[in-house]
Amino acid sequence: MRRNLVVWLVVIAGLAAVPFLGMPVYLLHIAVQILLWGTVYTAWALMGRFGMMSLGHGGFLGIGAYVPALLWNYYGITPWIGIPLGVALAVLVAVAIGFPCFHLRVVGHYFALVTLALSEVTERGIVAARDITGGSLGLTPNTVSGTSLFALQFPDKRHFFVIALVVWLVGLWVWHMIDGSMTRLSMTASVEQDAAAAVGINVPREKLKILLVSAALTSLGGSMLGQYLMYVNPGTLSGVMVTLQMLFAAVVGGMYTALGPTMGSALTIILMESLRILFGTRFIGAANTIYGILLIVFTIFMPVGIWGFVVRCWERRAAAQRARETGATSAQGAGASAR
Amino acid sequence: MLELAKVSAGYGAFRALFDIDMSVRAGEAVGVIGPNGAGKTTLMRVISGLIRPRSGSITFDGQSIGGRRAHQVVAAGIAHVPENRRLFPRLSVEENLKIGAFVPAARAQLATRLASMYELFPPLKERRNQLAGTLSGGEQQMCAIARALMSGPKLLLMDEPSAGLAPVVVDQVFDLVQRIRTEGFTVLIVEQNVQGVLDVVDRAYLLEVGTIKLTGAAAELREHQFVRQAYLGM
Amino acid sequence: MDIFLVEAMVNGLLLGGVFALLALGLNLIFGVIDVVWIAYTELMMAGMYAMFWLYARYHWPFLAAAAAAIAVVAVLGLLTHFLIIGPILDAPPINQLLATGGLLFFLQSFATLLFSTEFRNIGVRLPTLEVAGMFISVARLLAFGVSLIGVGCLYAFLKRTYWGVAIRAIAQDRQIIGLMGIDQRRVYGITSAIGGALAGLAGCLLVLQYDVHPFIGLSFGPILFMICVLGGLGNMLGGLAAAFIVSEIIAVGGFYVSIDLSYVLAFVVFIGLMFWRPRGVFTR
Repeated sequence: MRRNLVVWLVVIAGLAAVPFLGMPVYLLHIAVQILLWGTVYTAWALMGRFGMMSLGHGGFLGIGAYVPALLWNYYGITPWIGIPLGVALAVLVAVAIGFPCFHLRVVGHYFALVTLALSEVTERGIVAARDITGGSLGLTPNTVSGTSLFALQFPDKRHFFVIALVVWLVGLWVWHMIDGSMTRLSMTASVEQDAAAAVGINVPREKLKILLVSAALTSLGGSMLGQYLMYVNPGTLSGVMVTLQMLFAAVVGGMYTALGPTMGSALTIILMESLRILFGTRFIGAANTIYGILLIVFTIFMPVGIWGFVVRCWERRAAAQRARETGATSAQGAGASAR
Repeated sequence: MLELAKVSAGYGAFRALFDIDMSVRAGEAVGVIGPNGAGKTTLMRVISGLIRPRSGSITFDGQSIGGRRAHQVVAAGIAHVPENRRLFPRLSVEENLKIGAFVPAARAQLATRLASMYELFPPLKERRNQLAGTLSGGEQQMCAIARALMSGPKLLLMDEPSAGLAPVVVDQVFDLVQRIRTEGFTVLIVEQNVQGVLDVVDRAYLLEVGTIKLTGAAAELREHQFVRQAYLGM
Repeated sequence: MDIFLVEAMVNGLLLGGVFALLALGLNLIFGVIDVVWIAYTELMMAGMYAMFWLYARYHWPFLAAAAAAIAVVAVLGLLTHFLIIGPILDAPPINQLLATGGLLFFLQSFATLLFSTEFRNIGVRLPTLEVAGMFISVARLLAFGVSLIGVGCLYAFLKRTYWGVAIRAIAQDRQIIGLMGIDQRRVYGITSAIGGALAGLAGCLLVLQYDVHPFIGLSFGPILFMICVLGGLGNMLGGLAAAFIVSEIIAVGGFYVSIDLSYVLAFVVFIGLMFWRPRGVFTR
């Protein structure tokens, strides 16, 4: 355990140091976005991996993006307070929706469509309140010159890279925590909600826990994106389209593993940028067209996503290796019937 | 008419039937008895095409039907009355009957078939516009059997027709089976009610844990020691 | 009563007609096949673009263009089922939602590639009637009328024809439908084609009132889903009722406050109603 921790710290320190070793600003920009969006997608996948398909995360993202920005612009409240307030609001909304949903067994299609309403309301609400929020034109947080810890504004992208890294690692840590906790076992058991209840698992409460964590993390991601881009817009940081984007990245990257969604994030951003570089504005819509096809293809043929597929291959190879080491026949027999 | 040779079938990794050999001749009534979980329903389903056999062959009137999809098996002339009736609850009795005659050959005969079903089963005629879900157990069974007969089958498969019915109604159901027989239909019945079914069939098979343990004329089986002890409680 | 309020209410009613048509299509597919086509209003968009292309660009006569557009979307419905839903019919609902989500992305973006994000108008100017001091658009009236006819035709089809009864039957017990001699795949295909056709018809009607652009599906989709869930997914009568009720809320709400706020109101009411009756307000 001690050794693992040391290895982790070294890796993290190494990653954090990378930008300071001289990385082109453009790549840094890409890297920060991959990390931040990766956090958001990971947050979505926390629910997706257990079959809880939420189409409402656009709402949590929007709350996280707008609350600190509005508080800063209108009341000068530092994002250090604004961001937690955004998280709190997101969690509140999550409870308001999740508690009745899970207790009333609103699941599957119903849950997806009810949460869709949340994304839609958030986007429309932001647009409707255009006098405060700037509507579809978006909002720019008041800029403070230079680096400001108080305003959480860092013109130097290298600093933001470290922050993004930390946020991303927080996301991974949350995933790891849920993996290790009873919640995960309960969630896997919750496929048969009645059977799970019969052994004392409070399924609605476990589901709600995951929803709250997911909402909080999404909100945090949204806040950080707002701070980084220094611009929030209801179309890009809330609503149905961005929610679908989360779906896509999580599924193609792989929503059953910790690193899968980040992989999805890297994929989508790199794809988008490549298309932009290659074709400029000539083929707007090409990226999403490809996303659409990929989402369909992956859902049908590779629901575990790219990373999930890679992980499975590794695991299978490791198991085969172990079998070879401990003795062929018995392990092979076990392996054959397990398939 | 119907021949099963070395048929095996199951669900996923679970095998329910192992190398079943069975036959039904035209005009016969054959029963399949056995305990719960023996594979009786699986047997019905593999014949009617709801599940595919893993191995072996199923021939009907000389044609191989093993592996064919259910609607093709119906077209070939086999009708299956499913376990628990499985009527369409929010369709009327008459609509249920009409649906049974979906195959083009049967649809052409719709009016005549409907009339003869109503003659055979007068209570259905009374309740023709009632929703099938509101019928009593015995009436539902009647409706389910009539629905199957609407397709004009050469062979009728019946899966536990007496299940879940009150004793008085059970007798009525077995009377029904007798009447169907006298109308000339060939019947293969799967049943847990050994006493009742052995009274109406010519021959029977005893199915236990997916294999045929015994077979013989109904009268023989009724006297068979094993059957008497295990299933007739004597 | 304020004449403008009545006008708003009438307009709400007229809009409700088209939503009723769409709700019917979505509920039909859900009731029979047990999947929600998240991309349903994008199929409608495809119909609108087909109308634009055939009528405005190639100058086909209106009815011919409409018939062709409906046929196109019916085929799209078939393709959606056999290429996308078919392979994952037995997968958990989340997979089906993901796949149709992918279709949504694809249709929107493909439309952007083909037609760019410009708003396109088919250039049909239908008059506005003045009735008792209210201004009612003929396009809206037409849409309402045709929608009702469409609903009526579907009802007749489901009640009177053999395939209609088969569709109703399979929604009640899909496992034994083969025992009736009915090919399950064919029923699904027919249902998908009808679902597509209804979306196409709705598209033809809406293209008379709205400009088409790749994201127009998003203007109608979430409300449509809300309507269907309120009415009870798969409950066709419930969907009809909910379509008119929600349209009225939006129309009347839009009269008192801004249109965006009226949508917010509708959604809030929706969420509240969902928690009162999770299976749909009109479900038995």
